[in-house]
Amino acid sequence: MSDRRETQSTPRDDAWLARPSTIRLLWRVFAVVLAVSVAAQAMFKVKGYFEVDGWFAFGAIYGFLSCLAMVLVAKGLGYLLKRPQDYYREADDD
Amino acid sequence: MIDVLPPALILLLGALLIGPTRGHLRTAVILAAPLLTLLAIWQVPDGVVLSLDFLQYRIEPLEGSAVRRLFATIFALMALTGGLYAFRQAKWYELAAAYAYAAGAIGVSFAGDLISLFLFWELMALFSTVVVWCGGTPAARAAGIRYAIMHLLGGVILKVGIEGVMIHTGSVELRPMLADNFDHWMILIGILINAAAPPVSAWLSDAYPESSPTGSVFLSAFTTKTAVLALILLFPGEPVLIGIGLFMVMYGIIYALLENDIRRILAFSIVNQVGFMVCAVGIGTEMAINGASAHAFAHIIYKALLFMSAGVVVYRTGRNKCTEVGGLFRTMPLTAVCGIIGALAISGFPLTSGFTTKTMISQAAVDQSLVVVYFLLAAASAGVFLHAGIKFPWFVFFQRDSGLRPKDAPWNMAVAMVFFSVLCILFGVAPQLLYAYLPYPVEYVPYTAGKVVFYLQLLLFSGLAFFLLLPLMRRTETISLDADWLWRVAGFRLAAGLQDLLAAAGARFAAAAAATGRALGARSRRLFGAETTDEGRREGVFARAWPIGTTALWIAVLLTAYVFFYYLD
Repeated sequence: MSDRRETQSTPRDDAWLARPSTIRLLWRVFAVVLAVSVAAQAMFKVKGYFEVDGWFAFGAIYGFLSCLAMVLVAKGLGYLLKRPQDYYREADDD
Repeated sequence: MIDVLPPALILLLGALLIGPTRGHLRTAVILAAPLLTLLAIWQVPDGVVLSLDFLQYRIEPLEGSAVRRLFATIFALMALTGGLYAFRQAKWYELAAAYAYAAGAIGVSFAGDLISLFLFWELMALFSTVVVWCGGTPAARAAGIRYAIMHLLGGVILKVGIEGVMIHTGSVELRPMLADNFDHWMILIGILINAAAPPVSAWLSDAYPESSPTGSVFLSAFTTKTAVLALILLFPGEPVLIGIGLFMVMYGIIYALLENDIRRILAFSIVNQVGFMVCAVGIGTEMAINGASAHAFAHIIYKALLFMSAGVVVYRTGRNKCTEVGGLFRTMPLTAVCGIIGALAISGFPLTSGFTTKTMISQAAVDQSLVVVYFLLAAASAGVFLHAGIKFPWFVFFQRDSGLRPKDAPWNMAVAMVFFSVLCILFGVAPQLLYAYLPYPVEYVPYTAGKVVFYLQLLLFSGLAFFLLLPLMRRTETISLDADWLWRVAGFRLAAGLQDLLAAAGARFAAAAAATGRALGARSRRLFGAETTDEGRREGVFARAWPIGTTALWIAVLLTAYVFFYYLD
C-alpha cells in the first residue's frame, strides 16, 4: 500500500475522467440533476400512498436520511465487528 | 410414457459430457446443452407430466406451471451465459460441476413432490460445494467444507420436515402450507437456510468470494433463487417471512458497507436482494408473488452481470480487495460499463430491469397497507444504490488510480456481459416481455411520472449521500464478524475448553481410579492373600485354614436364620 503514490500517473496525461477539472464539472452537472429531480415534482405529482410520501421532495430527503442512517449504523457496528483480515487465519491452515 | 424429456436430465447429461469431450466438441456441448434444456423447458405443459410410484408414495419429478417454467428458464439462461463466460477460462470440472448444479436447480423448479424436491436439492448442495472448491486455494477448501456442512445440515432439517409431513399426512405432494406445526417449521427452516436467511446468512458471503472468478458467477444464481421458488410454492403468505425478509435486506446493506472484498460486497447484496423476494413471498398476494418471481428473474441477470464484471477484474488483476484496485476504467472500459449497467439495474434505476420488478414488491406492500414494510423497502432501495449501485463501481473502477493497467475482458467474457447488460435494459424498457410469463396476470404499470420522480429523487440523493459520506466509508483491510463467529471461534473455543475440562476430569478420574485400585488391591490381598507367604503359610482372611468347629457353628447360625425367616413369612 505504501507504493501507491509512486505508481500514480501524473495528472496531465491522466484520463479525462480523472482530471480535477472534469470532476468539478461532474459535480456541477450532478447538482443540476439533483435540483431538476426535485423540481420535477412540481410538474409531475407524486402519488403519496401514505400521505407523507407525497410531500414535496420527500423522496430526496428520505433517500438522503436513510443512507445517512445506514452509513452511521454500519460505522458504529464496524467498531464492534471489524477484525483484521487474517482473523480466522485460514491462510495458515494448509 | 412421456412425450417431454425432463429438462434437468438434458443439462445433467451435458454436465456428464463436458469431461470426456475435447476442444470444439466440448465448446459445442457447453453451449448446446443449456439451449436444448431451454427448449425442453418450454415443452413442459401445466400439470403433472411424469409420475411414478416409489415405496408407497407417488413421485412427480416433472410438474409444469408458469412460475416453474419462469424459474427454470432463467436457470437455463444463466447456465448458457455462464458457460459462455467461463468456457475458455474455467477448468472443465468446474464447468461440469456448475452444469450439474444448474441441473439440480432446474430439477427443483419442476419437482412436483417433496421427495424429488429433496433429491434435486441435495444435488445442488453437492455440486455447488465442488464449484466452491474449484477456487483452488486453501481458503476455498476450508470455506467449501463450511459451506458443505451448512447445506448438509439444512438438508437434514428439510428431510426431518418432509418425513414428518409424509408420516402425518401420508402424502408427499407439494402444496402451499403455513408454518403451523413442527413438520412445516422444519421444512421452512431447511429452505430458509438455502435462502441465506438469518442467523446463518454468513455461509453465502463466506463461500462465494472464495470460488474462482468464473465459479462465483454460477454460484450467485441458483441456490438462493431455488429457495425463493420453494418458498413461493410452499409458503406463500407466511407472515414470518416478511420480518425475515426485511432483516435480510438491512443485513445485506450494512455488511456490504463494511466490506472490503469486491465479490463479498456483491455476496452481501445477494442476501439483500433475496430479502426483497422473501418479504414479497411473505406478503403473499398475487401482486407480491408476481413481484418476487419477476425480481428473482431480473436479479439473476444483473447479479450475474455484476459477478462477471468483478470476475473479469479478479481474473485480470488477481486482486480481490477494494483497497488493492481502483481506476480500472482506463483500460477496462467495457467491463466498467457492464458493471455500471448491472449496478444501476440492481439499484432499480428507471429503465432497468430492477425498477420494473422491485417496484412491484413495493406496490404489493402498498396494496396491503403495510406502511412500515413499504417505507423500509424504500429505504432499502436507497441503501442498495449506496452499497452496490455506487460502491461497487466506484471502488473498483474509479476512486484513486491503483496504477494497475490490466487488459479488458477476453472476448467470450465480454460477449456474456454485453448479452446480460442488454437484457437488464430490455426488461427495463419493455417489462411486458417479462410480465407476460409471470404466474398471475399483471395489471401493474411500472412507469408513471410520479413514481419515476419519486425513485429518481430517492436514488440520486442516495448518490449525493454516498459522495458526501465517503470519508466515513474509507475501505479498511478488515473483515466483519458474523453469526458464523459463534461456531468458527466461540464454538471452537468452547470445544477446546470442553476438551481441556474433560482432559482434566479424565486425569482426575484416572488418579482416583488408580488410588481405588491400589486400595482395593491391598484389601483383597488382606482378604484373599497371595497364595502362600514366604513362610509357606496362607495369609489372606478367606484363604486361611479355619477350625472345623467354627465352620459348623456358622452353618448352624445360617440354618437357624433360614428357619426363622421361613416361619416369619
